Amino acid sequence: MIRILKPGFYASVQDAGRVGYLSDGVGRCGAMDALALKVGNAAVGNPDTAAALEFTFGGFEVEATRDIEICIGGAPIQAKIDGKPIHRWWAQTFHKGQRLSVGPCASGMRSYLCVAGGIDVPTVLGSKSTDLKGGFGGLSGRLLKAGDVLDVGPARKGREMRPKGLSPREFPDLFRDFTACPTLLFIPAREWEDLDAANQRKFLDEEWVISPDSNRVGYRLNGVQISPKVHKEMLSHGILPGTIQLPPSGQPVVQMKDANTAGGYPKLGKVIEADMSVLAQVPIGKSIRFAPCSIDEAKIALRTQNAHSDRVRKIMNGLRNIA
Amino acid sequence: MTTPALHVSHLGEEAVLFQCDGPLMRETQARFWALEQHCHDLEMVQACVLGVHSLLLCLGPDATDDAVCDHVSRLWETLTPLEPSDTVVEIPVRYNGEDLADLAHAEGLTPAEVVRIHTATEYIVFALGSQPGFPYLGGLDERLHCPRRASPRVRVEAGSVAIGGGQTGIISRTSPSGWHILGHTEIELFDENRKQPSLLSARDRVRFVAREGAA
Repeated sequence: MIRILKPGFYASVQDAGRVGYLSDGVGRCGAMDALALKVGNAAVGNPDTAAALEFTFGGFEVEATRDIEICIGGAPIQAKIDGKPIHRWWAQTFHKGQRLSVGPCASGMRSYLCVAGGIDVPTVLGSKSTDLKGGFGGLSGRLLKAGDVLDVGPARKGREMRPKGLSPREFPDLFRDFTACPTLLFIPAREWEDLDAANQRKFLDEEWVISPDSNRVGYRLNGVQISPKVHKEMLSHGILPGTIQLPPSGQPVVQMKDANTAGGYPKLGKVIEADMSVLAQVPIGKSIRFAPCSIDEAKIALRTQNAHSDRVRKIMNGLRNIA
Repeated sequence: MTTPALHVSHLGEEAVLFQCDGPLMRETQARFWALEQHCHDLEMVQACVLGVHSLLLCLGPDATDDAVCDHVSRLWETLTPLEPSDTVVEIPVRYNGEDLADLAHAEGLTPAEVVRIHTATEYIVFALGSQPGFPYLGGLDERLHCPRRASPRVRVEAGSVAIGGGQTGIISRTSPSGWHILGHTEIELFDENRKQPSLLSARDRVRFVAREGAA
């Protein structure tokens, strides 16, 4: 089991998300940085979809109440077990009574604590992810607080508990910092054509700043005013995480994992799946840019990313030990 | 009635959105109810998200969008629209909402008249969405149409029965909202522990029934 000593700014249980209930108005939720969850789970021998703890901005502390195997992934952070520094993307034993303390994120925004066996909370509507809006999933449908104790599921049998991990040389993408302004690829959506060439240009040229009132539901972007040729009254239709909406304010909003399942604002596009993990790590106050791409390019990017995490799994399963 | 034009667009690499533009019509929604039922059975479709005059299809990574779009466009021309279901759900409401008097004033009605009009109609659940179990209801009397509040309330309690624009609904989860609150109900629209978590389904008929007493 794991005891939360300091949850930091915003901590919750998240897995790969809830599917199949969009038609009931229940969002997907799940790890904001899905790639980090996948790689972290691979590192400790879990299935891709096992639940982990998602922390925001670092600054958290937890205690092991029995020996468990863990891996910290996600944003660049300084992590220590009982004062001794540990590496990111590194599977190791966290002994009973030890304390893991993590400093603020150097860049990036979200860290994942993956545990062999996964965080064991009840499965609600097919997922262990916390749905704050719904008030279910995770630990009683709420954020984690100091004193919470989380069960850990049974780890896969026959795993050797020898420390091993990934190197920045071999996986530079996993060790990138998020200080530079990333360009996110998006697939234009229906109302992209409602922008004239000048407004499309403005959208693509702008370095959009992520506003402080951004959260797991959506990222509000601040920058130049974008005005469609016509203002449409729209009926509510299904939307997905990654959808870039343009409210009447002229300042875009990108829907994130806790997105509403329906919306009526004009849609400029949708950030490609493969880039959602990057967006999840861009801190508030930093900026992003957008570039359009084709559906084929998006599918190739996702396949490449999946191949990447499959390779991590192979390495960490002990086929090859790069420690 | 001629078949309304179906607009097809992509929402990212794995979803296609089929829409008809307004004005809101039950006949158009009835075609989407039928379309959704057909699409549920398609192998290439992972999820169907019914909206108002719309259907979002999430496709598997190997699905070919063109094949799905062609198939759905053909279905749209040939399908038989579905009728509202026989299920009638009564929602008991205490009409003591904080905006009832203001809304009545804005419409040139008395609060009692607003309640009478609101309870006189049988509404149809067009779709669920936005919040767990939240119904988009069709059928609001035009005399009660009212633009949303200029500044949304930061916190509206679950169970609030409200009007926003030309729609009425029941807020299912305490949340910010710009809708005008007419009253409150204790009915649970969504319970994740129920076998059928949502109380309402698309095509259900809904009636609001005025109950006495303070909330």
